[in-house]
Amino acid sequence: MATSFSATLPLHGSQESRLSLTPIRLAPPSSFLGSTRSLSIPSSRSRLYHAHAARRSPVVGVQEVVKDKKITNSLLITKEEGLELYEDMILGRSFEDMCAQMYYRGKMFGFVHLYNGQEAVSTGFIKLLTQSDSVVSTYRDHVHALSKGVSARAVMSELFGKVTGCCRGQGGSMHMFSKEHNMLGGFAFIGEGIPVATGAAFTSKYKREVLKQDCDDVTVAFFGDGTCNNGQFYECLNMAALYKLPIIFVVENNLWAIGMSHLRSTSDPEIWKKGPAFGMPGVHVDGMDVLKVREVAKEAVTRARRGEGPTLVECETYRFRGHSLADPDELRDAAEKAKYAARDPITALKKYLMENKLANEGELKTIEKKIDELVEEAVEFADASPQPGRSQLLENVFADPKGFGIGPDGRYRCEDPKFTEGTAQV
Amino acid sequence: MWGILRQRAVVDGGLSLRRTRSALVSARSYAAGSKEMTVRDALNSAIDEEMSADPKVFVMGEEVGQYQGAYKITKGLLEKYGPERVYDTPITEAGFTGIGVGAAYAGLKPVVEFMTFNFSMQAIDHIINSAAKSNYMSAGQINVPIVFRGPNGAAAGVGAQHSQCYAAWYASVPGLKVLAPYSAEDARGLLKAAIRDPDPVVFLENELLYGESFPISEEALDSSFCLPIGKAKIEREGKDVTIVTFSKMVGFALKAAEKLAEEGISAEVINLRSIRPLDRATINASVRKTSRLVTVEEGFPQHGVCAEICASVVEESFSYLDAPVERIAGADVPMPYAANLERLALPQVEDIVRAAKRACYRSK
Repeated sequence: MATSFSATLPLHGSQESRLSLTPIRLAPPSSFLGSTRSLSIPSSRSRLYHAHAARRSPVVGVQEVVKDKKITNSLLITKEEGLELYEDMILGRSFEDMCAQMYYRGKMFGFVHLYNGQEAVSTGFIKLLTQSDSVVSTYRDHVHALSKGVSARAVMSELFGKVTGCCRGQGGSMHMFSKEHNMLGGFAFIGEGIPVATGAAFTSKYKREVLKQDCDDVTVAFFGDGTCNNGQFYECLNMAALYKLPIIFVVENNLWAIGMSHLRSTSDPEIWKKGPAFGMPGVHVDGMDVLKVREVAKEAVTRARRGEGPTLVECETYRFRGHSLADPDELRDAAEKAKYAARDPITALKKYLMENKLANEGELKTIEKKIDELVEEAVEFADASPQPGRSQLLENVFADPKGFGIGPDGRYRCEDPKFTEGTAQV
Repeated sequence: MWGILRQRAVVDGGLSLRRTRSALVSARSYAAGSKEMTVRDALNSAIDEEMSADPKVFVMGEEVGQYQGAYKITKGLLEKYGPERVYDTPITEAGFTGIGVGAAYAGLKPVVEFMTFNFSMQAIDHIINSAAKSNYMSAGQINVPIVFRGPNGAAAGVGAQHSQCYAAWYASVPGLKVLAPYSAEDARGLLKAAIRDPDPVVFLENELLYGESFPISEEALDSSFCLPIGKAKIEREGKDVTIVTFSKMVGFALKAAEKLAEEGISAEVINLRSIRPLDRATINASVRKTSRLVTVEEGFPQHGVCAEICASVVEESFSYLDAPVERIAGADVPMPYAANLERLALPQVEDIVRAAKRACYRSK
């Protein structure tokens, strides 16, 4: 089934069965949409790439990792990185468990979609990004926001509908926005976030090519298996490859779209294959193993930063809970759930850290305790926060305070004292 | 039909009869007459100027580049600004509209062209859910400075799927600004304001108006010129009945006002310019002056722009009304193809004249 690992090389290259991670090289000059201007990389950025290469552990093919994990001495992560990954995944899990508790106590309401079981994907990708890189997600976005840096307090308050939430209570569970952390939502319609993410990647390229700014920001778009049957997905695969945009399309294939099995709804269930059809590499990775996801993510992000274009990454993962807290989750087989529960990404990372002597039981327990306290504190903070004031109802519909637009002097018209109510006679 | 329109364009150009006479007098005394500009050139010059003023502005849409624009609105822009700023997209409305919205989230200022607004239905999720609602959902963190423009409403003989007017649909959504220019000056001023605006703007043009010439003032030709959003224009002053309309119907209303003047009825014609925000103040002030209202639109009658205007007037100026409000809209059918049926399906000058007369004779 979808447990086999396979990958393809980009574009017009030959079909190889493994993802080969070539050492970092500077991209050849390419033309932007047929223009004769070539993509030149300024010297400052090439220094950055060399620095990257020096810092990284020796590059290995991911398939090699699977086979040689026990044999090779070189580890995939350092102790600090390992603890950072562990902490992030524990935060995601604890937070979501707390959400379930709060929902059943009536503090949270509406639609709440929990991410339990999929933490490896979020942590594996987002912990490689900088603050100026963007993340676009779906309604299952709490953990993406947390990994990207939005504080647990802000997310919890948003879920409670309080004014201290990241969107002042106006967005809710499905609409986590944070301009500071470049978390561009939180979209309820599946497939809606993909073009928006493609647009953010487009801006990154535009800033570099047209505005001549030093910009190598990438965008990561997260979405599910159901979305891969939606038209917008294909439209964006086409345009991202056509314009060589710095975007990574991450499919969190948890095999179920509410109650619709991926196999029942898709003519060819292997989603990674759809990448090469549009001219980009398609990679399949075990989404329950954060280290494998991280390795694939590193290559995809570096590819995008080099200006070589998009990558489609299919992460085979599983959600331990139902689609949302209102989903009775009756259609999924208990045996399937048990099989994936045995592959819990947090347990797997814990085992790796301890077996490779990167951390001991005590350190991990300290992290778990710290996160527990953090989440408890977030709940207390959210509880204590006030609800939005009545005047907030009508605020922020427009960025423009009164809706009259901008005048010839570049300021808002309503700020001009001579602009009175009445007809505009020109 | 074109002969009559051009004749009318010279006569009115936004002036009442009295002022026309004085303008003709002053025209004789100046060496040069007033300049004329087609709506197409006005739109082209507006986009051109805004693109040269701000490098973050870019154009995307089908056929906007090498084809010079499906209706030649973006003519010459590819040659001037290059393919990095004028994008010929594949036929993928949902995709490229979403890309435009995402680019706006990240700080650019896209001008997205729909070949007609009928095709915007394939992208309406992005216009409404990811553009209009974002500033509110993110509590002011993410604003979307994007313009969606293209021809709206009926053209000539293009059939049911190419003729719908979307003013009412988009104007019902909070978070969008919806503009509908009529003259060349409107087109220039409103498009420049729309491109500079920090919020999503739906800019509804009209294909049949593209080729029409209107006189344009020196002030309007200046590159910093722009019109306020949310303010209507009184195209012709009158005292007996108020006719409120937008886009192509403004031309018809002005012709109807001429015909009514011959019969002694002085009609005030208001060009809305902005459907959202709607200039209720101007409309109500005018109705309080004339006591009678006729609203005209090209779109489907149920839940239309006219319905909103009538409701607003009835709510705010009921005691000033001397006659029931009159509403003229397109026929409640998908647009037929046959030329005579199409003519029947759209409001004509005679319909406006008849409605105004009904409003004037009702109570007297």
